[in-house]
Amino acid sequence: METIQFLLDGFVVALQPMNLFLVIVGCAVGLFIGAMPGLGSVNGVAILLPVTFIVPPTSAIIFLAAIYYGAMYGGAISSIMLGIPGASTAVATTFDGRPLALKGMADKALVAAAVASFAGGTISILLFTAFAPPLAHVALAFGSAEEFALMMLAFGTFIGLGGDDIPKTLFSICIGLVMSAVGLDIMSGQPRLIFGDIPGFFHGINFLVLAIGIYGIGEILWTIESSQGEVSVSQAVVSVRRILDALKELLKSAKTIVMGSFLGFFVGLLPAAGATPGSIMAYGFAKTMSKNPESYGKGNINGVAAPESANNAASTGSMLPMLTLGIPGSPTTAILLGGMVIWGLEPGPRLFVDQTEFVWGLIASLYMANFFSIVLNIAFIPIFVWVLKLSFTILAPIIFVLCVVGGYAPTQDMHDVWLMLLFGVVGYLMRKLDYPMAPMVLAIVLGPLAESSMRQSLLQSHGSVWVFFERPISGGIMVLALLLFLMPAIKVGKKLIVARRTGNAGK
Amino acid sequence: MRRAELLMAIAMAIFSAYLMWMSAKLPIGWVPGRGPGGGSFPFWLSFAMLICTVWIIVRWFRRTTPQSRSSEPFFDSRSLTLVLLVIGALVTMVGSIYFIGVYGALPLFFVFYMRFLGRHSWAKTMTLALAAPVITFFFFEILLHITLPKGATETLFYPLYDIFM
Repeated sequence: METIQFLLDGFVVALQPMNLFLVIVGCAVGLFIGAMPGLGSVNGVAILLPVTFIVPPTSAIIFLAAIYYGAMYGGAISSIMLGIPGASTAVATTFDGRPLALKGMADKALVAAAVASFAGGTISILLFTAFAPPLAHVALAFGSAEEFALMMLAFGTFIGLGGDDIPKTLFSICIGLVMSAVGLDIMSGQPRLIFGDIPGFFHGINFLVLAIGIYGIGEILWTIESSQGEVSVSQAVVSVRRILDALKELLKSAKTIVMGSFLGFFVGLLPAAGATPGSIMAYGFAKTMSKNPESYGKGNINGVAAPESANNAASTGSMLPMLTLGIPGSPTTAILLGGMVIWGLEPGPRLFVDQTEFVWGLIASLYMANFFSIVLNIAFIPIFVWVLKLSFTILAPIIFVLCVVGGYAPTQDMHDVWLMLLFGVVGYLMRKLDYPMAPMVLAIVLGPLAESSMRQSLLQSHGSVWVFFERPISGGIMVLALLLFLMPAIKVGKKLIVARRTGNAGK
Repeated sequence: MRRAELLMAIAMAIFSAYLMWMSAKLPIGWVPGRGPGGGSFPFWLSFAMLICTVWIIVRWFRRTTPQSRSSEPFFDSRSLTLVLLVIGALVTMVGSIYFIGVYGALPLFFVFYMRFLGRHSWAKTMTLALAAPVITFFFFEILLHITLPKGATETLFYPLYDIFM
């Protein structure tokens, strides 16, 4: 019952005129960002974070979370209308969304996407509200050993479940952690890794510089290269009657939507997984469970509903570890977490004790963001269709300028702008070679905490690494993390054994 | 693509070694009474980076990764020109901020990008080129009180400061 009381207090915060206004603006901005091919929630949140310095932290995170939500809705729009995913999270939506649009049923697909997103959002927020307080309560007892173990687990998920090239993933994690170590050493106060006394490195590398570089500059360069061809926008006929008809028909998809929501939420909890694999898994799941799987890929409405409910649920899911443990569940929440540090908050379970207004204001705002996203989404379908026709040569310079000014704003140092450009270009080249970028961003955000928790634990144990394994919770998490790190090796070993057996059988 | 994969791995290997050398300026081992030294965390991670790059290079020789088998060019000539133009424009914009300030560099960047890369009409180009600095000024300087660098144009802003601040 305490939870309900906190939630009501949260609504009081979220319903303050300014916060309400920010939720609505955030949803609208998020919808646009999601709908633009090449830009997703992570890009929007990274590029617009500097803009939020104008408001208090609670309002800032409410605004950014609304963008996160809106972008999950918006991604479906270009998946359906252009056949190009508006964000990586909406890849699976193209499989059936595009065929539906080509059949002249774009409006039906858009409504299905919006309603499924709403259901996914609602179910996941209910789960979130139920799970967050007890998890935070347990996490309050965590010491530095547990903190370090949790971070190892987060990085372990990238190795074990990320699906990218292993050495490249490991490299990405390490370089992110090393970059977080640039600047003054917290314990001894000595400068380190300052690249031959460049003064700009003394204050360290702000995670925003890396995030804006990679998700702003790098992403646009990537999109410029990959979207040189012409695209055709499908037509959508929209009327109230057609929307109501579509809604009625959607009742049949209820089971798929509920399944997608639960799946998405739990996949979203994992740092390496999140909304993209969540939505693809939901699609695959819906297809295997279906009575006529061959209709998928040709315009089955369930094929739109499943991934869209899952990606919204996953975005909520990824906020659970961010708020309760201080471990982000996705690149977007990694940036939100970094934002909290800039706003002067200490992420982790203490938030639920010390910053109840912030935490519950955010949770309540998620309910509202979900509501406004569906309203704006359905009401403004014609506007979004028009936006998709907007030329990229108008959008690109606007984003570049936002990146440059936004990169300058936090530290007011031109050094950071140059660094951001460098990260953008190098990150873009590395991405072309399949180096994953998400682990790097996560690592630079978690780096300072990872280092201090490791050094503190080792200091207490006089240098024995067994400190991470002795305490039951930290030990359990460490073992799990090690298993994830060793997963690729186990897989290779299994393959070898199988190969040897079949080899023997062949003889 | 194959050559790019190797070059990137070698570049990153050299960078890792450089990071290790820089970290080693601080104690990287155990400091009695103070725990691990200030350089240990970045040193051992840079060492791990070096191992990863060596691993990537080994895989390159054995042609295990898709990139090391691909014979496709890393860039085709058309996208290379485009990407280089855009990066060049960005570098020029950031560089020119020192001389003509943000409010001189932004409109020029818009004119270059929209008019010459995007081939949009002058009307559209100029609307954005003029609106962008005005919005930037009101948002960052007036609302957020963040002073953006103005270079030689600094004196032109004194009357504006008098009015708004």
